[in-house]
Amino acid sequence: MDKLLIKNGIVIDPLTKTEVKRDVYIENGIIKDLPAKKPTGAKDGVKIVSADGLIVFPGLIDMHVHLREPGYEYKETIKSGMKAAISGGFASICCMPNTNPANDSEEVTRFLIEKAKNLDLINLFPIGAISKGLKGASLADIGKLKEAGAVALSDDGNPVEDSALMGRALLYADTFNLPVISHSEDIKLRGKGVINEGAVSERLGVIGMPSIAEDIGTARDVILAGYYGVKLHVAHVSTAGSVNIIKQAKKTGAKVTCETCPHYFSLTEESLLDYNTNAKMNPPLRTEMDKRAVIEAIQDGTIDVIATDHAPHAKDEKDDTLDAAPFGIIGLETSLPLTLRLFHDKKISLIRIAELMSLNPAKILNISGRGSVSNGYIGDITVVDLNKKWQFTERGIKSLSKNSPFIGEKFKGKSSFVIAGGKILKEN
Amino acid sequence: MSFQKKDLISIKDLSASDINYFVETAKEFKKISLKDIKKVPTLRGKTVVNIFYEPSTRTRTSFEIAQKRLSADSLSIAISQSSVVKGESLKDTLLNLEAMKPDAFVIRHSESGAAHFISKITKASVVNAGDGINEHPTQCLLDIMTVAEAKKDFKSLKVAIIGDIYHSRVARSDIYGFSKLGAEIYLYAPHSLLPRITEYGGGKVFIAKSMEEAVKNADVIIMLRIQKERASYYFIPSIEEYRNFFRLTPELLSKADKKVMVLHPGPVNRDVEISGSIINENKTHIFKQVENGVAVRMACLYILIGYQKLNG
Ligand SMILES: [Zn+2]
Repeated sequence: MDKLLIKNGIVIDPLTKTEVKRDVYIENGIIKDLPAKKPTGAKDGVKIVSADGLIVFPGLIDMHVHLREPGYEYKETIKSGMKAAISGGFASICCMPNTNPANDSEEVTRFLIEKAKNLDLINLFPIGAISKGLKGASLADIGKLKEAGAVALSDDGNPVEDSALMGRALLYADTFNLPVISHSEDIKLRGKGVINEGAVSERLGVIGMPSIAEDIGTARDVILAGYYGVKLHVAHVSTAGSVNIIKQAKKTGAKVTCETCPHYFSLTEESLLDYNTNAKMNPPLRTEMDKRAVIEAIQDGTIDVIATDHAPHAKDEKDDTLDAAPFGIIGLETSLPLTLRLFHDKKISLIRIAELMSLNPAKILNISGRGSVSNGYIGDITVVDLNKKWQFTERGIKSLSKNSPFIGEKFKGKSSFVIAGGKILKEN
Repeated sequence: MSFQKKDLISIKDLSASDINYFVETAKEFKKISLKDIKKVPTLRGKTVVNIFYEPSTRTRTSFEIAQKRLSADSLSIAISQSSVVKGESLKDTLLNLEAMKPDAFVIRHSESGAAHFISKITKASVVNAGDGINEHPTQCLLDIMTVAEAKKDFKSLKVAIIGDIYHSRVARSDIYGFSKLGAEIYLYAPHSLLPRITEYGGGKVFIAKSMEEAVKNADVIIMLRIQKERASYYFIPSIEEYRNFFRLTPELLSKADKKVMVLHPGPVNRDVEISGSIINENKTHIFKQVENGVAVRMACLYILIGYQKLNG
């Protein structure tokens, strides 16, 4: 019997909204109340881990990760992505289906699950495609995807252009209680834009993507979900407009949730002033006003989740013009430290962080037994040193790709180790 | 008992006693079909015109046999693509036929409300033989008759209707018909094929959460046909997927009441909405439905144009 005792940490539990110094006991991968006779160590067959002065979170979950396997293993493999995730403090990651072949079939879903099982690192929850081949022309075999183990559906990377397909996808997925994650964007309005349309795109002389392309996409998807009375999760919200639309929809009782990414509350379009392709992603970095709206929405509960949209690209691909370089940045290793900045700046509490990065993703994706440090929950834990000062360097990156705008950044706070299913994982 | 309306357009318009009257009358007419000489002079001298704007071998045959057994003079017009090309409107076609003084029209049309539209134009009685996704009243009556032959009381009867409910005129009529008689209706379908509103004039209609919930302890299971085209319009991913998750299997059927009756309006997509073995092992009432269809259509014509004559 595997027994583990995490001693003396300050345990943040978002379910009970408590922040108490206590020990956490895990037996056979499941969190249990402490036995009456407190285990003291090896003679009781219990492994003791000290969390003295550290924070104990329920295992963090990143519900928006692009692993590049199968198909683009030179950018990221399941293994390298997991190593990056562990380094960033994640016990679970959810991978988007835009691989090659796309994860629109039970075969690919089963391949991902099987591969993750063999790696035996952290938890991998595959997200299946909404449409066959992510082409937006016909529904993927959604029931089959669910049966194979997909936890959600998304055509992320592409918006679903056809409103009829999106609406019926929401309804059909609802039959299987499978959440749909929308990449909400009016693709025609985005056009050939490469960064946010505004002062910076003008200054650089590049084609901009208007923020309303996101707002219109969000509005449509939220209206569809509201009309049909079904669940929708909006991915990577980056604009004040989207935030406002979602806020209003929630007020009217629509079953809408959403996520933002650390870059949207940390950076603005100014990061692109030197044509930095490592700051090019979609949705793009926006204005100071949008950034403030995103932070406010994190505080007031409009935004439910912080996810990374971790999107690895090889150096050669990013080493190009702003026009030609692909969209996307890596994020697994900087997500928690960037979010901790909001805590250090007294903008959000640690309990709120645990909601945003663990409890809420678990709830939205119906991943049962995760998101809380309480009796009966799965033994997924993230132990964090709030005060550790460190620098994010290219050399230190665990991900196969290095496309981050945060290289060189100094941080306060880092995960010390991750426990997945009662098993301790360190970054090396 | 009597029925005062000129037409049979929808089950929605009928009362429970109207429905019982049609069914009881049909039971009488069924006896004729069991005789050696399957013909009575009831509608001698009456002219019935069957107009089928949509191909339907079974419903049309059923109506034609019913008319022959009642000794009516009948003719069937299948409006083919070519007459649509000719550009004659539905109204003009009907006015032309009306001039020949028929006593009844039997109408099948792919557009909802077609039978209603025609009933306003003509003095003749109109029998709706299926209009678009709206209603198919004679199918409902024959379903009710088939169930009534085996089940005495419809109160607390659990009827599961499974499949493409949104596009099904059979479902719409059956929901009204069975619920008016007091049955509880459980609907199950991919949510993309459920009606948006499930209010049927106060009937006890529920959406089941799963196929299993729908069929559990069901007294009657009505399976609906799924059309391949539904995948092209994103209602379902594929026929394969439909087969996997929305098909009535022997295993599911075993969860229903021991004396469950399985109905299907036909034509059946074997092993798509229902396992072939369920049909092969004679566990459905499909042929009983077809048999009762003739009796129900005899009863409808008799009630609309024969009975009134007797009283007139
Ligand atoms: Zn996206």
